Amino acid sequence: MTLLITLIPLFPLLGFLVLGLGFRSVPKKLTSLIGPGTILLSFILSLIIFFNFRQFAGSPVQHLFSWLRIGPLDIPFAFLIDPLSLLMLLVVTGVGFLIHLYSVGYMKDDPGYNRFFAYMNLFVFFMLLLVLGANYLIMFIGWEGVGLCSYLLIGFWFKNQAFNNAAKKAFIMNRIGDLGFLLGMFLLFTTFDSLSFDRVFTLAKSMPVGNPVIVAITMLLFIGAIGKSAQIPLYTWLPDAMAGPTPVSALIHAATMVTAGVYMIARSNILYVLAPATMAVIGITGLATALFAASIAIFQNDIKKILAYSTISQLGYMFVGLSVGAFTGAMFHLTTHAFFKALLFLGAGSVIHALGGEQDIRNMGGLRTRLPKTYWTFLIGTIAIAGIPPLSGFFSKDEILLHLFGHSFPMWLLAVIGSLMTAFYMFRLLYLTFFRNFRGTEDQIHHLHESPPVMTTPLIILAALAALGGLLNIPEIFNGGSWLSVFLAPVFADAASLAAPPVTISPGAEWLLMAVTLTGVIVMVFWAWTRFVKRQPELLPDSAKRPFLVNLLSKKYYIDELYDHIIVKPILWLSRFFHEVVEIRFIDRFVNGVGNMVVWTGNTVRYIQTGNVGFYMFMMILGVILILFLNILI
Amino acid sequence: MLTVILILFPLALSLILLAIRQEKAIRQFALAGSLIEFGVAVAAFIQYKTSCHCNLLFSADWLATLGVSLRFGMDGISLLMVMLTTFLVPVIILSSFNHAYERPSAFYSLILLMEMALVGVFVAFDGLIFYIFWELALIPAYFICAVWGGNDRIRITFKFFIFTFVGSLFMLVALIYLYFRTPFPHSFDFQSLYSATLTPVEQAWIFAAFFLAFAIKIPIFPLHTWQPDTYTVAPAAGSMLLAGIMLKMGIYGMIRWMIPICHQAVQQFAPVVIILSITGIIYASVIAIRQSDMKRLVAYSSIAHVGLIAAGVFALTPWAMEGAVIQMVSHGINIVGLFIVIDLIEQRTGSRTIGELGGIALKAPRLAAVFMIILLGSIALPLTNGFTGEFLLLLGLFEYSKIFAAIAGVTIIFSAVYMLWMYQRTMLGKTSEATEKISDLSLAETVIFIPLVIMIFWIGIFPGLFLDIALPDVMQILNFIK
Repeated sequence: MTLLITLIPLFPLLGFLVLGLGFRSVPKKLTSLIGPGTILLSFILSLIIFFNFRQFAGSPVQHLFSWLRIGPLDIPFAFLIDPLSLLMLLVVTGVGFLIHLYSVGYMKDDPGYNRFFAYMNLFVFFMLLLVLGANYLIMFIGWEGVGLCSYLLIGFWFKNQAFNNAAKKAFIMNRIGDLGFLLGMFLLFTTFDSLSFDRVFTLAKSMPVGNPVIVAITMLLFIGAIGKSAQIPLYTWLPDAMAGPTPVSALIHAATMVTAGVYMIARSNILYVLAPATMAVIGITGLATALFAASIAIFQNDIKKILAYSTISQLGYMFVGLSVGAFTGAMFHLTTHAFFKALLFLGAGSVIHALGGEQDIRNMGGLRTRLPKTYWTFLIGTIAIAGIPPLSGFFSKDEILLHLFGHSFPMWLLAVIGSLMTAFYMFRLLYLTFFRNFRGTEDQIHHLHESPPVMTTPLIILAALAALGGLLNIPEIFNGGSWLSVFLAPVFADAASLAAPPVTISPGAEWLLMAVTLTGVIVMVFWAWTRFVKRQPELLPDSAKRPFLVNLLSKKYYIDELYDHIIVKPILWLSRFFHEVVEIRFIDRFVNGVGNMVVWTGNTVRYIQTGNVGFYMFMMILGVILILFLNILI
Repeated sequence: MLTVILILFPLALSLILLAIRQEKAIRQFALAGSLIEFGVAVAAFIQYKTSCHCNLLFSADWLATLGVSLRFGMDGISLLMVMLTTFLVPVIILSSFNHAYERPSAFYSLILLMEMALVGVFVAFDGLIFYIFWELALIPAYFICAVWGGNDRIRITFKFFIFTFVGSLFMLVALIYLYFRTPFPHSFDFQSLYSATLTPVEQAWIFAAFFLAFAIKIPIFPLHTWQPDTYTVAPAAGSMLLAGIMLKMGIYGMIRWMIPICHQAVQQFAPVVIILSITGIIYASVIAIRQSDMKRLVAYSSIAHVGLIAAGVFALTPWAMEGAVIQMVSHGINIVGLFIVIDLIEQRTGSRTIGELGGIALKAPRLAAVFMIILLGSIALPLTNGFTGEFLLLLGLFEYSKIFAAIAGVTIIFSAVYMLWMYQRTMLGKTSEATEKISDLSLAETVIFIPLVIMIFWIGIFPGLFLDIALPDVMQILNFIK
């Protein structure tokens, strides 16, 4: 079985090595086979393990080899197979495979075809390490590795320096978070003498709630999650990351990598339950991010940017879920979000593909009839994310909202407002793209075409998943068995026993809450319909004068500009100051001064060497007297 | 015996080289010789690992009346340093083949002479012998930079020489003073120097003298101002020798001599050294962000990286010390790799000014890929050599002080900032006038990088071999700290 597990990440790694080392000699057909093929193999293996999961119950940790071993520090390369990692395995390889398949069509004419699949395979390899790691360090290897691949893929079209800037920004912002993660690991290690999950969690269980060390550890790890999962204040890299090819946005910046922070916290659930202060911070951060990003999304016009802000916002929901102990809810939402957001991105890719690279929804419209498969699948994705039953997003979001209601009414209310915004901007996007008349150029009309089957098939499969994903965890109120909750229960059992029992809500209240939310959502859908379909939509160019609030939102609250002024510019200024003033005028001048002083002393003192023997003898006697005198004194 | 061969063989090579006239023969001889030297080092490594743990000691009386003896030997730490030296020298020689240096016999002869001196520093078990090799290493370094260097080389190399020479003189004074404090009969043998009896005040003075010598070599802020100029003006091979190997003499000296001899002062002044080192990390990183000359940027980044190593040494914890040892090796490999890449770019385009380059990845994808791998090692991405070292260094530093570790950790952010900036502006984007016709790596050039890339991943993925061999000796050094 160890072999089987090792093979899961090994296949994508081999794919990367073959495509990476022989990157120009591998024929395109072979690449089309290797690229998605390796991920498919990993997916099949994951399924095999999933169905034979009970065999692992006894020995979940698979030890491969010793990585760092110095005295008490022993960090093995080891994998952990438990329900949580299995769920992630299936999502990563399953959705990953579909996106790879789609890329075969989407990237068909790109000269960097092989390079693209090499990077994508490498990404899946690191993502699998992140998910499978049995200790924080292996997780961190994956964590930084996916960051690297994200960097390489955002800047995939590296001729364009704006894209390269976006890539670099993503890497650096992630690195800021990673430093937090790293320090968190150090504190973990100095506290527990171990980084392996089972050891740390076993020891942590016996610690009191609110232990300051645990609070510090969880806060530091959360900083890592803020970077990776694009939460306030480190979220600004994600919208820029849309510079990458669209399948990259679907795989890395929607379905998998950005959810790593959620996975990490769900994995560390025991630590977080012990740190209520951190949980409060996560809740505030998540909720603020959810609302903030959703409000920005309403006024964006780039199809991918809207989806990017939507991703940030949905990740915020997952963190809110985690913060109130709804670990299953967060993981459930992570899963359904992987389905529908990957679907939406791939659908957007299909639209962009058909329009020859156009991404501005003001120049779209009427694509419903031209791209029917894309439209229908996109529609399903939109309904799912808006949270309309019986599609998947409804169930997962509802689970988080329900927990939130039990926890705090204001938080619930804000979260509901956020989901109303979600419904509005998503339907705005749908209507502007697919309804009324086409607003693009004549040239584009002639070239409008539905994508080839290799692209639409993944769309259809993802649409099915987005529609039916809710079945994973149908709550009792609908006579469901809550399969996912039962499946994941062993992972969260200790946390559940440590945390305060959740407030039980009567079925009547539960129905009422659902009805309230749903009514709001439906109203939003209609409001969007009246504004963008019924009437001629008002589409202002970027240069138009807008009311203050609208302008503020379109300009994304000027956060990028703010960071530029308070962080980037001062550091550049400091760099110049250090170099031109401190280095050259101060330190170096001082050093040279010492040198010059020596020369000066030499020049002066040499006059003592007069060659006059009498003077020398005088000095000698003076010296002897001085020494004698000093001897008496001391 | 192997230890002595390791010293004498490059010396012999260096002398024979002077007699060879034909340039091609000189190169081949130098390369073959340095490879054999590496083979000997590997043999020593295997012997050390498998049969003895006897330190491969060689001992012969020299100035017996003064207590100076030719004592050479290797423990795990020296062995790693010798491996690093003998591994890098053939790479450096091979990378010099692209240059048509004037007086090639002198050039390659000096490189091998330098190798001999460096090995001597790392295997000396006698204080005075250590000092002699320490100074000996400066001579070829000086001539390589002063004869084959770039603009303004005389002034800059002179400054470098004076700077390090002054530092070394303080060390000599300290060694002689120590000699008179050793138990009778006086001796420069390292065991005997270790057991010198010193008052706290004497320790402080000895510490200061040693520190000056080592800190200038490394260099530690604010004694670094010779370094960026020297690295920039030196010929490629010179920069590699200085940054790849020579600066490790300073760190090695701290571990081998300073900590055991003046352990009380070391403990007492450790916070000061760590603060200086960390200041250097931040200071040099921030300066690196705006450098326009690739070599100078790497020079400043090196100040930041070795600053972390120095801070780790003075954290005086097993992890940090192990990290320091591993990172000395990793830093050597990575910085030599970076200097080779820069050298190749400069030769092809005639420029190493970042603003004049760009788009090289379009024309030379193999060069771009190699550059990326070395860069990842240098920004400490997990599974590369840089991560193994910096993880341990920061962990050890964290154990010493959480705040210091957090501040020093900022280096992983800054290193990404300036390295990726350099990569973006030189490799990515559109081609410039200079890079339009750049050619990709030839097969021979690719061969230079293969050993470097292998080491980057080997140390990154399976560091066990390297960690294990140094561990007992690291623990022994730390035993002095009680």
